[in-house]
Amino acid sequence: MPRLTLTIDGRAVRAGRGQTILQAARSHGIAIPTLCNLEGLTPLGGCRVCIVEVEGRPRPVPSCTTRAEQGMVVTTDSERLAAARRMIVELLLAERNHTCAVCVMNGNCELQTLATYLGIDHVRYGFISPLASVDISHERFGMDHNRCILCRRCVRVCNEIEGAHTWDVGGRGAASRIISDLAEPWGESATCTGCGKCVQACPTGALFEKGAVATRKGTICLERLVEWRKRGEP
Amino acid sequence: MKQRIRLATAWLSGCSGCHMGLLNLHAGLLELFERCDLVYSPLADIKQYPHGVDLCLVEGAVGSGDNREMAEVIRERTAFVVSLGDCAVNGNVAALRNPRGKAATLNRVYPQPGGFTPDVPALGEIVLPLHHVIAVDAFIPGCPPAPDAIGQAIQRFVTRM
Repeated sequence: MPRLTLTIDGRAVRAGRGQTILQAARSHGIAIPTLCNLEGLTPLGGCRVCIVEVEGRPRPVPSCTTRAEQGMVVTTDSERLAAARRMIVELLLAERNHTCAVCVMNGNCELQTLATYLGIDHVRYGFISPLASVDISHERFGMDHNRCILCRRCVRVCNEIEGAHTWDVGGRGAASRIISDLAEPWGESATCTGCGKCVQACPTGALFEKGAVATRKGTICLERLVEWRKRGEP
Repeated sequence: MKQRIRLATAWLSGCSGCHMGLLNLHAGLLELFERCDLVYSPLADIKQYPHGVDLCLVEGAVGSGDNREMAEVIRERTAFVVSLGDCAVNGNVAALRNPRGKAATLNRVYPQPGGFTPDVPALGEIVLPLHHVIAVDAFIPGCPPAPDAIGQAIQRFVTRM
C-alpha cells in the first residue's frame, strides 16, 4: 500500500506511510551504511552513521528514524556525508580500546567492516584509552566494555524481544557503560534468562560467548522472530 | 635507465611481525629489489639512518624516547613515510598498556626490585601511533599487513617515481 513518493539519489521511490527513509531506500535496493540499526528492533538513531541529506534541511538527518515524506528529495551519498561518517566511526574507534588484533571478533566485526568500507586506515583523533572492565561473571557469556560502542542493540533486544530488560545504560556521556540490572555482575543478574540474544545482536566483540570456539553472530533472524511474535506463533 | 628507489624500513615498538610480512613477499622481493636499494633496515647491518631516503616503511608504535628520536630522524631524512601495520597505525598491542599507565605496567612486568635496569630506553608515559608524533604520508593497516598489501604499496610508489 504505497501512499507516497519521494526521490532518493535521483530515483523515484514509493513508500508506505510511517516508513522511514532507510526502509524506503532498502526496499528499492539503495544501500545506506548503518551501525546501531538492527532489523526487528526499534530504530534508535544513536550512531548517526546512516545520516542522509534532505533538500531544504540545513543538517543531515538519521535515515533510520526519519519518516519518508511526500516529495522529499534525499541524497544518501555525498562528500559531506562520507566525511561525516568517517569522522563518526573514527571517534567511536578513539573512544574505547578497539584493539582488533587481540579481539575475539576480529574479522567478523561490524564496526571493523564498516571502518574498512568507509576507507578508514587510521584515526586522526587522540585515543582516550579508558580503563574499561571485562565482566566474565556469567556462566556462558562475557561483556568486554573495551569494545562497546553503546549502540544499545543489546538493551533493545533484551527489552523488546526477550522481554527481560536485563541491560540498560548507566552513567553519562563518555563515562556511560552498559549495565546489567542495577549495575551488578552479569552472572548475578536475577532477570537474565541466558538466552544469548544480546550476544547475537552485538555488532562488535563487546558481547561474546565464553569458550574455545569462536563466537558466531547473526545466527538468529530477529526480523522473523518479531514477525512471529506479532502473529502469536510459537 | 630509471632511477632506483632508496628504500628504508624501521622498527619502533613492534614485534617484527610486519617485517615478517615484508619477507613473506618471497620471490616478490627479488622483483622489488630490481627497482630499490635497501639503504636502512633491521634486516640489514646499517648503523646510521642515511639522508635522502625516498620511502620508509615504519613498523611499531612510538613507545619510548628512543622511538620518538628515531621517528623524528626518519621524518627529517625521508620523502615519503609509511606507517606499516597496526602498531604504527593505532598503537595496537604496544598501546595495550595505555589504560593502566606506565608505572602499573612496569610493576606488573617487573614485580621484584632490580628486575628492571635503567640502562634500557625509558618508556614514554603513553604509547602513540606514529602519525601522532610525525607527519605520515600513507598507512598500511593489518596485524601483520598482508604481504600483497605491502608489495602493492611499494609497487605503486615505485611506478609513481
